Amino acid sequence: MSLLLAQVSSEQFTRVSADQISVRRHPSAAIAVVGNPNSGKSTLFNRLTGLRQKTGNYPGVTVEKHVGVVKLENAAFELIDLPGMFALSAHSLEERIACDVVMGRIPDMERPVGIIAVVDTTHLYQGLYLVQQLMELELPLLVALTMTDAAEAGGIRIDIDALQRRLGGITVCPVVATTGQGMDALRAAIATLPDAAKPELPTFWEELQAASEELARDMPATVPRVEIERALIERNSDLAEEVTNYLGDDGAQRMEAIRQRIFGSVPPLANEARLRYAWVRDVLDEVQHSAPTITTWGSHLAAFMNRPVPGTIGLFVVMAVVFQAVFAWATPLMDAIETGTAFIGVLVASSLPDGAVSSFLSDGIIAGVGSVIVFLPQIMILFLFIIVLEDSGYLARAAYLMDRVMRSVGLSGQSIIPMVSSFACAVPGIMATRVIPNRRDRIATILAAPFMTCSARLPVYALLIAAFVPAQSVGLFNLQGIVLFGLYMLGIVTGLLTALMLRKTALHGPKPTFALMLPEFRRPNMQTVLIQLLGRAMIFLKRAGTVIFAVAVVVWALAYYPRSDDIAATLTQQQSLAAASLSDDALSEALSRFENEAAAAQLEQSWLGRAGKVVEPAFKPLGWDWKISAAVIAGFPAREVVIAVLGTVYAVGGEADESTLAGRLQSASWPDGRAVFTLPMVIGLLIFYACCLQCAATLAVIRRETNSWRWPLFAWGYMTSLGYLGALLVYQLGTNS
Amino acid sequence: MINNVNTSDPDIQRLMVLGLVEGAEVELASAAIGGDPMEFRMFGNAISLRREQALQFDVTTAGAGE
Repeated sequence: MSLLLAQVSSEQFTRVSADQISVRRHPSAAIAVVGNPNSGKSTLFNRLTGLRQKTGNYPGVTVEKHVGVVKLENAAFELIDLPGMFALSAHSLEERIACDVVMGRIPDMERPVGIIAVVDTTHLYQGLYLVQQLMELELPLLVALTMTDAAEAGGIRIDIDALQRRLGGITVCPVVATTGQGMDALRAAIATLPDAAKPELPTFWEELQAASEELARDMPATVPRVEIERALIERNSDLAEEVTNYLGDDGAQRMEAIRQRIFGSVPPLANEARLRYAWVRDVLDEVQHSAPTITTWGSHLAAFMNRPVPGTIGLFVVMAVVFQAVFAWATPLMDAIETGTAFIGVLVASSLPDGAVSSFLSDGIIAGVGSVIVFLPQIMILFLFIIVLEDSGYLARAAYLMDRVMRSVGLSGQSIIPMVSSFACAVPGIMATRVIPNRRDRIATILAAPFMTCSARLPVYALLIAAFVPAQSVGLFNLQGIVLFGLYMLGIVTGLLTALMLRKTALHGPKPTFALMLPEFRRPNMQTVLIQLLGRAMIFLKRAGTVIFAVAVVVWALAYYPRSDDIAATLTQQQSLAAASLSDDALSEALSRFENEAAAAQLEQSWLGRAGKVVEPAFKPLGWDWKISAAVIAGFPAREVVIAVLGTVYAVGGEADESTLAGRLQSASWPDGRAVFTLPMVIGLLIFYACCLQCAATLAVIRRETNSWRWPLFAWGYMTSLGYLGALLVYQLGTNS
Repeated sequence: MINNVNTSDPDIQRLMVLGLVEGAEVELASAAIGGDPMEFRMFGNAISLRREQALQFDVTTAGAGE
């Protein structure tokens, strides 16, 4: 192996000359990184590009597009990290995008000038299947053989020379992406990739290859042979339609006649798989020595965790640790951020003269955005766990273990990953449904995901529970903890029942199947984890800086304007009266009381106050006064806003400091003196928050992922009515019985 | 070893693309609680199938799944 590395680097590096570089720097000179899921593709991509990467979307879909730049000694290329795929026959949305990129079928995107096929040495069987298909693309191709260390440890020896020969002469670079071994040779091979000879194609299906040859004569020369073959095999695809159109009027009949002749009654996809895997086995026999019996710590752990009972217990332990960590570890950081924003708010408020500008900065922007930034630690910890669990291969294991449970509500184990992610935030959760191939399963999962208790619901729960649920212990547990757990369970159960209901009605269809590759457990690569985590944090902060910022500004303006001169005049009068008659503590207490009363009076006649009064009758059956109604309405674009609004509305000043806000809530009363926050009302409010879809970002992502307004509108209407009815039921039963 | 595959179901065809074709050696590695779904190993890869899907594959020699 080492001999080969030396040979590749010395021979191929010298071929790069200075005049080629300017061409290579052209931005469209992109190289695609293609490989099976879990082949170490992203680790290799991160190793090659470092932090020189950006994430975007492919046009029209939400599949993330990872692009980076690889800097070589004499050249630079754009690298595209494609979603993991097993074959060119697309199964899920992500696989379809990957296929379209390598075939150059994405609008406004040039076809890559070369392909790096990433193949896991311990999983050559499936890897070589994809490589054989990639060879037919007639693009310069090189193979990066990853995890060669794990293969060696497992006693697998690969004859690289023989492999290169069997792959039509393409370069094969053995690497260990985690340590960087073999990377120099790989970089050298990438530098010359666009000039590399196209691979010689192995024959795997003579009749098909002959037929595509024949059809190609009647088509423009730009239609690659591989597209014609795929069109013949996959008769109902967009590609088949396109290729048929090239043939003119009798295209459909000609294609059908050829299909009849070569395929007969055997499904072509099945036959393709048989023929290709026969070739793969033949290659493996020649290049791979000794049986692949790998015993890493990962496979030992996997073997233990695979046993039904330890596996299921293990899953619950993992979940429990994650939730514990999210609550316990985040607290000190959250306290620090809260103190920080409060300090800045006070600083701003005290250094500026009273008035609209000071209030806008401290109550509007700092309090509004600050109360959301507070969740950053929790979100980061939750994402850290989810990324590590996914990267280590555990989430696939969880999907496997939970399949039976999910089947009882008409879903499959594949829905577990989106649902677990939704505990952090429904937006990435809904995006994670892209791995679910069946559209009905996917939509049912998308509509169940927003019921999972996301990190934005947590502060609302925490505030209300801390204020109204006594902190007494029940057996081993704390009552507050039990209520919180109950709310999480409520979300899970309602979400699953929703999925079940949809699968029985609007999304009725055949039972979802479940086939999942189970990766070995392995230590996650820290670089990959950190890059992903950083990306998530940026998305969250960007959102806090845009959507939530805008909402905070609007809510502040609605709550601040119009100003009543009468109230201001009364306040000045009271202040001067008090200053004349009182002194010291009594004076300052009176002054702050007058200020709060004036603020409350101003609020009541502000636009927000008036709007709250208008909608109050609708929420009165739930036991809500106009202040809560106004806060709830303001929270519809983003539910985490509600804390900031309640803070402003209850005249605590801008910080929404929970302990004071909690105290305010406890003492809030109706004009006739009854307490507003009774236990039935609080539980109703909590149920409302557990169900209601108060999140514009979630609605937008449902719209994008389902490509229609129908589902987001349904989800919004359904979840809001469910929340309203739940709160109504609890309040009315609790108050009148 | 897989002997014969019932190819009529598109989902089974997909499994063939993943490598479950005639001539492949598979081994039943584990099962979740209740014996469903099941985990199979082939050439170093692990794949999870439901029982009803696994039944579409005919195998020779005992102890290697159904």
